[in-house]
Amino acid sequence: MQNYGWGLPVDISTHGWQIDRLILFFHVSMFVLFFGWLAFMVYALVKFRARAGHKAEYESKHFKLPTFLEIGIAILELVLLVVFSMPIWARYREVPPDVKNSVRVRIVAEQFAWNVHYPGADGKFGKVDPKLMGASSPVGLDPNDAAGKDDIVTINQLHIPVNTPIVVDLTSKDVIHSFSLPVARVKQDVIPGQATSVWFETKQTGEFEIVCAQLCGLGHYRMRGFFVVESKEDFAKWLREQAPQQEVIETTPEAAAVPTGPSTDAPLPAAPLKH
Amino acid sequence: MAHAHAAAHDHGHHELPFWRKYIFSTDHKVIGMQYGITALLFLFIGFAFIMLMRWQLAYPGQPLPILQNIFAETQMVGGIMLPEFYNQLGAMHGTIMIFLGVVPLAVGAYGNYVVPLQVGAPDMAFPKLNAMSYWLYFIGGVIMLTSFFLPAGGAQSGWTSYPPLSIIAGEGQTWWLIGMAFLINSSLLGSINILTTIIQLRAPGLTFWRLPYFVWAQFVTSFLLLLAFPPLMAAAVLQLMDRLAGTSFFMPSGLVVNGQALEIAGGGNPVLWQHLFWFLAHPEVYVLILPAMGIITEIIACNTRKPVYGYKALVYSVVFLGFMSFVVWAHHMFLTGMGTQMSTFFQVTTMIISIPSVVILTTLVLTLWGGSIRFNTPMLFALAFLPMFAIGGLTGLPLGLNSTDIHLHDTYYVIGHFHYVVAPGTIFALFAGIYFWFPKMTGRRMNEVLGKIHFFFSFIFMNVIFMPMFIQGLAGVNRRLYDPMQYAHNQSTQGLNVVSSWGAWLLALAQIPFIFNFFWSIFAGKKTQENPWQATTLEWTAPSPPPHGNFTVEPRVYRGPYEYSVPGRKDDFYPQSSPEGK
Repeated sequence: MQNYGWGLPVDISTHGWQIDRLILFFHVSMFVLFFGWLAFMVYALVKFRARAGHKAEYESKHFKLPTFLEIGIAILELVLLVVFSMPIWARYREVPPDVKNSVRVRIVAEQFAWNVHYPGADGKFGKVDPKLMGASSPVGLDPNDAAGKDDIVTINQLHIPVNTPIVVDLTSKDVIHSFSLPVARVKQDVIPGQATSVWFETKQTGEFEIVCAQLCGLGHYRMRGFFVVESKEDFAKWLREQAPQQEVIETTPEAAAVPTGPSTDAPLPAAPLKH
Repeated sequence: MAHAHAAAHDHGHHELPFWRKYIFSTDHKVIGMQYGITALLFLFIGFAFIMLMRWQLAYPGQPLPILQNIFAETQMVGGIMLPEFYNQLGAMHGTIMIFLGVVPLAVGAYGNYVVPLQVGAPDMAFPKLNAMSYWLYFIGGVIMLTSFFLPAGGAQSGWTSYPPLSIIAGEGQTWWLIGMAFLINSSLLGSINILTTIIQLRAPGLTFWRLPYFVWAQFVTSFLLLLAFPPLMAAAVLQLMDRLAGTSFFMPSGLVVNGQALEIAGGGNPVLWQHLFWFLAHPEVYVLILPAMGIITEIIACNTRKPVYGYKALVYSVVFLGFMSFVVWAHHMFLTGMGTQMSTFFQVTTMIISIPSVVILTTLVLTLWGGSIRFNTPMLFALAFLPMFAIGGLTGLPLGLNSTDIHLHDTYYVIGHFHYVVAPGTIFALFAGIYFWFPKMTGRRMNEVLGKIHFFFSFIFMNVIFMPMFIQGLAGVNRRLYDPMQYAHNQSTQGLNVVSSWGAWLLALAQIPFIFNFFWSIFAGKKTQENPWQATTLEWTAPSPPPHGNFTVEPRVYRGPYEYSVPGRKDDFYPQSSPEGK
């Protein structure tokens, strides 16, 4: 598992540097503005403190600088918005990746797990229906649909290949969740009754976390998934391994109910877990 | 002004029985103090809730020392907090602090007590409506607190109560909605009353351009309450229907909860609630901050002994803020799946709304230039408001752009941001107001030494609590986590949770001098005349405390509110009601 420190988490995405740069730029500007302004305030407080022989002036000195400063701030905000923020958002939300080379994954969130649905060898997602959802079929795959026969469904296991655009189609079974991959600078509310997609591309392999960022109930704090970025070969191998397991999951409900994860060095505290 | 005359004649003719005079009073001053005491009590309760939660955040899974036996088994087991209790405390901390603490104190207490005095009126325009507004608020508060004693506990879906979670939640949510209905109606009645009082009951000569800035702030605040609360009322009724009457306004089709398909009509949209909620809740932010700006403007003008720099700029800015606050709400919802066009609109309005805030802050700082600054307790709190609000405002910028919001949304960065606005921001201004107007309310001053102790320790611990949250937020620590240690990426900053928690507990200790000072000064504070601060506005011409009906002589206004250090005068203040040449 990745080590994290203070400051921004490691960024493994291809778009995250733009967000990080903007965050850095914001904070530098904020520091300059705040401390410049604070220095003026403290200087004024000392210079104009009440003391014997000192009188307040009725007429205010007219300051020209604040007007320029206001205009400067307005222009700065406009530049940050138009030049920096809008292109990032447009790429993140609007520009679809090259479909041929991308990997498409469905994620169906529920209290308190991430059901990850891969289309399998045929590249087509099988039909799903909420009526068929249950312990044995977490995403409600239609057993009569041929396209769904080879589909792979995992719980809390998102594996993706590195250097490949990933499209994640998000939806929720019950309440609003928020699909967050802090290391990939991805966060998207998952809203029941609404299909939302995000896409991103990674440039580094490793084992990370899926975070639920929106309060979704008692187990919100432990709605943690595993996010594994691996080489294309390892990913293909993992998919092949998952395919036979599919049969097991469909036949034994117990197997599906228990989230399985790779060993993690995260210590789990002895907090009472109440369902 | 005929109304004012008629009202003035009604006052003070006969002694009322105790319960009419102090309990079910229609006197704006008594109601203002009722609001003030109740709201301070709720602030303390909301603070106590977060102090409990901060134990769980700093030492997750460890039993709470000392207090563990006072909690029921549905709340704590062996002193270890349960997640449902944590979520209840979280939802109630937000609800209580905003709707039962800060707004009633800023609008209910200060609006009621100070506005009629500053406009030279004998009472509010509708005294009975005023009493009703207080009692609706009181009932709303009792309902909110009582919901903790339900078998399943109180509301636990956050103060934002997003459906479907809030609709499938336990009974506490129904109580929350009913409590909110009382609070909403209380605020509506209060805001109509303040608006009417300001428009109709101003003393002769008190034109709009001579109004103290505090009155302007209350005027705009009341418009915000009047226009923003009805949509929330509608939304609360819709959510109540979804919970009780089987409707599906906010419930989409095909919900499967805990493996069971929900038996509902479906076809609703949970995002609709978010739009209705934030259409209130963003103006609500300005309801929290504008009265605070009004209070500190009064105090800074008085204690710099000079007119404020750019009074008209202040007024135009606050009116503009009021308008703009209605068109920024969806910046709370960038991550609901909003497209580029829609989010661009809300980003632009969000950037625009930062401009008048900067104007107000700059104007107040420039007011210091050329003054003769007195550093008394109210002034210290008012001065501390400026940098604290500046931090709160500046950290709003990276949240207001959707691209940087992707990383910071729903993290501790957001918590740090809005607490800097409301806690060391607004609450400091409210403290400043208490120290400033206490002599008017009681005829006695609060102790300065205790006041300064209260100020310095509060200032330090507020920053100890909230500054680490920016670091946690940048590191990606999410809010509303019962146990932050579950995630690997939260563990490196867990030490900061310990720092914040100790800051919160020590902040509580720092309030002891204030609480003692407050009660001690009511009975034993130094006695004062009607104008201890040598201020100019009308409330200081009334006796301290003002009698029923407020003014012994009906005030008449000759000039603007901040005529300090006028050249050629012996005194350095020129009260609004002094005739020319006197």
